[in-house]
Amino acid sequence: MATMTGQPINRIDGPLKVSGKATYAYEHWDVGEPLYGFIVGATIGKGRIVQIDTTGAERSPGVRMVMTYRNAPAQGPRDASIPSQYSRAYPMLSGPDIHHYGEPVALVVATTYEQARAAASLVEVEYAVLSGHFDFAKRLDKAYAPKAVNAGLATDSAVGNFDTAFKSADVKIDQVYTTPYQFSQPMEPHCCLAVPNGDDLTVYVSAQILAEAHTAIASTLKIDPLRIRLVTPYVGGGFGSKLGIHGETILAALAARALKEPVKIAMTRQQIFHLVSVRPATSQRVRLGAGRDGRLVALGHDVTMFTSPISEYAEQSATSARGLYAAPNRLTRHRLTALDLPRGEDVRAPGEAPGLHAFESAMDELAHALNMDPIELRILNEPKVHPEEGIPFSDRRLVECMREGARRFGWERRPAKPASVRDGRWLVGYGMAAAIRGQFQMTSKAKVRMGPDGIAVVQSDMTDIGTGTYTIVAQVAADALGVPLDRVRVELGRSDYPAGAGSGGSWGASNTCTSVHRACMALREKLRIGKIPAEGMEAEGEIAAMSEEPNYKNYSIFTYGAHFAEVGVDVDTAEIRLRRMLGVFAAGRILNAKTARSQLIGGMTWGVSSALLEDGTVDARTGAFVNRDLAEYLVPVHADIPEIDAILLDGFDGKANELGAKGLGELGNCGANAAVANAVFNATGVRVRDFPITLDKVLPALPREV
Amino acid sequence: MSLSTVGDTKNAENATENAKVALTVNGRVRQLELDPRTSLLDALREHLHLTGTKKGCDHGQCGACTVLINGRRINSCLTLAVMHADDEIVTIEGLGSPDALHPMQAAFVLRDGFQCGYCTPGQICSAIGMLAEAKAGWPSHATADVAAQTTALTDAEIRERMSGNICRCAAYPNIIAAIRDVAEGDRG
Repeated sequence: MATMTGQPINRIDGPLKVSGKATYAYEHWDVGEPLYGFIVGATIGKGRIVQIDTTGAERSPGVRMVMTYRNAPAQGPRDASIPSQYSRAYPMLSGPDIHHYGEPVALVVATTYEQARAAASLVEVEYAVLSGHFDFAKRLDKAYAPKAVNAGLATDSAVGNFDTAFKSADVKIDQVYTTPYQFSQPMEPHCCLAVPNGDDLTVYVSAQILAEAHTAIASTLKIDPLRIRLVTPYVGGGFGSKLGIHGETILAALAARALKEPVKIAMTRQQIFHLVSVRPATSQRVRLGAGRDGRLVALGHDVTMFTSPISEYAEQSATSARGLYAAPNRLTRHRLTALDLPRGEDVRAPGEAPGLHAFESAMDELAHALNMDPIELRILNEPKVHPEEGIPFSDRRLVECMREGARRFGWERRPAKPASVRDGRWLVGYGMAAAIRGQFQMTSKAKVRMGPDGIAVVQSDMTDIGTGTYTIVAQVAADALGVPLDRVRVELGRSDYPAGAGSGGSWGASNTCTSVHRACMALREKLRIGKIPAEGMEAEGEIAAMSEEPNYKNYSIFTYGAHFAEVGVDVDTAEIRLRRMLGVFAAGRILNAKTARSQLIGGMTWGVSSALLEDGTVDARTGAFVNRDLAEYLVPVHADIPEIDAILLDGFDGKANELGAKGLGELGNCGANAAVANAVFNATGVRVRDFPITLDKVLPALPREV
Repeated sequence: MSLSTVGDTKNAENATENAKVALTVNGRVRQLELDPRTSLLDALREHLHLTGTKKGCDHGQCGACTVLINGRRINSCLTLAVMHADDEIVTIEGLGSPDALHPMQAAFVLRDGFQCGYCTPGQICSAIGMLAEAKAGWPSHATADVAAQTTALTDAEIRERMSGNICRCAAYPNIIAAIRDVAEGDRG
C-alpha cells in the first residue's frame, strides 16, 4: 500500500466545510432553543463603577436576566502561580473595578438576540474615572525585567562581553524598531453555547486547547471538572486568540447554570478587540557589530513591550536572535512596562513575528552597510552549533532554504543599489529574511479502537482550527495500521477523549500525530497476538513533554525557512504593493504537502500584513482601541495578496520524534514581515523602522528622480 | 409582500411586535414570525438553522455572510429579513451537499481554498455571484476599459472583485485558483 503520510490529499472535512455543514460552537441546534446573551462593556479605561442601573434593561421585552458584579455568582480567582495563563480561572463581573476599556460590566440574557442587544443598551453605568497609563512610548522608562518570558524561556541571555565587543567593532548597526498592537481576529467570533443538564454542563466552545479550557472553566465555576464536557468539532480560526477561554465562555456558563437553560453568547467584532488577546506593542533596540569581512563579533537585541498589570505576559521576542547567527559576544533582554490595557496574549508566532521583524531588518541594514549580499552575510555567520547553548542542531537547513529560495525566486536580479529599478509608475525592490522557530513537545495522548468491521476510530481532544488535523491524523493512522485511508475515522474536539496537546505553538501536528502513531503501533501489536472481539480492540499512545525527552535537551530542535519578497512602491504616492513572494521551508517530515503549503502561505500573508497593514491604535486618553473593526484595523484582502508560494524541503528530523515531523503553523509568519520591509528599502532607499510601513512614512523621503 | 404584525407570544406584557414574513430559501418557502430588527443573516442562522451562512463581523466588513439573492451576492448582515419576502434566497446549503457538491464547492476542496472554513461559504457564494457579474460585463476597479462590453477575468480582476470577502487564514492564492478553475471550466 502506498504511504499516505505526506500525500497532498484533500481535507477529509472539506466537503462539510464547503457545503456549510461543519458546525461551529454557536451553531449546535440539537440542544434546543437557546437564550441569547449580550455583553455590556466599560466605556472607561480605568476606574470604578459607582452606580449601575439595570431596571430599564430588566423591564425590556424578552429579558430573562441582567448580571452585574452585584449578582454574579462567586467564582474562582485568577491564580498567577499556575504557569499557563490559559489554565487559570477567568472570573467575570467579579467587582466594581475597571481595569481596561471594554471590560464586561454586565451581561443581558434574553429570548432573542435582538432583545438582548436592545436591552444591553439600556444598562446605565456611572463611573468614577481614575487616570490610567495608556501611552506605551511614555512608559518605556518604567520597564522592569519579568522572571521569565513566554513558554518559560529566559528573560535575558549573555555570552562573552557584548559591550566591549560592540564598541570596538569595525561596522555597527544600532537602531530602534517599533511594532504596534496587533490582534488575531479569526473570522469566527469568540463564542460559546453552554447547555446545563442538572448539575452537569456541556460547553460548545471555540477553543484551541480543550484540556486547558476545561481546567479554566471548572476552576472559575468552582465545580467538579467531571461535570463539565467540552465539545469543539470545528474552530473558525484561532491564531493564538483561542488558546484560552474568554469572557463569553464564562458568562454563558454562569447564565446557563443560573437560568437552567442553554445560553449562547458571541462577542461582536468590536468587542473582540478589547476582550481577547492583543499582541503587545514593542520597542526594540538591535545592535550588530561586525568586522569589515561581515563576520559578526557582537549581537544584541533588547525588547521592551507593554504588559497588563493584572496579568503579566511577555512575548519571547528576543529569543529568535539567540539561535540564528554565530557571534562570540551576545546579549538579549526582555523588559515589560505596565499599561492599563487589555491583557497581552499569544498572537500567531508570539515573539518571533515582531522580534524577527526588527532583527532581520537590522541584518539587512548591516548587509547594506557592508555592501554585501544579505544571503552571503547570513551564510558567513552560519553557526556550527547553537551559538548560546553550544549543543548540536538536530536538523538545521537554513542555508539550504536561502540558496533554494534564491534560485527559485531569481534573487540574482535583485537591484544591487536601492531605488535603482523602475517599472512604469513603480519603484521595484527585492527583500529577503530568514525564518526560525522552536519545536515544542507537550504531553499528548490518543486512543484508537478497531472494530470487527475493520474500521479504526482515532480519538483525541485535539482540535482542527483549519490546520488539517482531521486529515493528517487519518493519514498517519492509516500508515501505522497498514489500512486504507477510508478505513480510518478521526474524532476530535471532545473533552471526553484523551487529552492531546491542542492546537497552539505549532506543536499540534507533530505531537498529536506522534501519539496517534504510538496508539496505532500498540494496537497493531495487540492485533498480531489476538483476534478483535465484538466490542472492538483498543490501544492508547502517549508522548511526554519535551522536559522529559533527552533529545530536546541535547539538541537544538528548530524549523527554518527563507522568505523572498518583491514589492512595488508608487513613485508619486509611495503606495506599497506586494508583487510576489516565495518562502522555502524545512520543518522535518511533512504530513500533508497540500495543507502544509496552505498554512505556510497563510503565515507568510500574516507577515505581509504586519509589515504593511496591521496597526492597533490606542486612544491615549481612554485606553480604547480606536480602530476596532475590520474596516479600520486593516488585514489583507484578496487584492493585497498576489502570487505567494511556499516550497517545503523534503526532510525527516528523527531527533524531534519518530515521525520526523515538526510544526509549521507559525514558521511562515517568522521573518516574512522583514522580507517585505527589506524589499521596501531596496525599492526606495527609505528605511522605515516604525512598523507597519505605510505610505505616509515613506513618502517624505522618497527619491524625487529615479 | 406578505408582511403583517402580531404580538410577541413569548412576552405578552411589554411586547414588541413581531412581523410575519415568508422567505423563499433554497427553493423552499419558509413562514417566519420575526422581530423586525432581525437581519437576514440572523433569520437564516437563528430561525431557519441554516448555519452555513456565517456571522464574522455583522457590519458588512468581512463577507462571511454572503448569500445570493435573485442571483446577486449580498451581505446578509446588512439587510433585514422582512425586506426579502419576494426574493429567491440561495445559501451555501442550496448550492450543493457534501455528497453532491456544486462545481465551485468542489474546486475549493481540490485547491484547498480554505483552512478553518468559517469564511468559506461566503467566499463560495461571492465567487458565484462575482462570475455572473463579470459575465454580464460589469467592470471593476481593476478593469482598464470600463466601457468595454466584456471583461477578461484576469487574476487581478478576480482578486479585486473578491476583496469584500476576508480570509484570515489567508487561503487567498488557493481561492483564486479554485475560482479560475471554475471560470475556465465554464469557458471550455
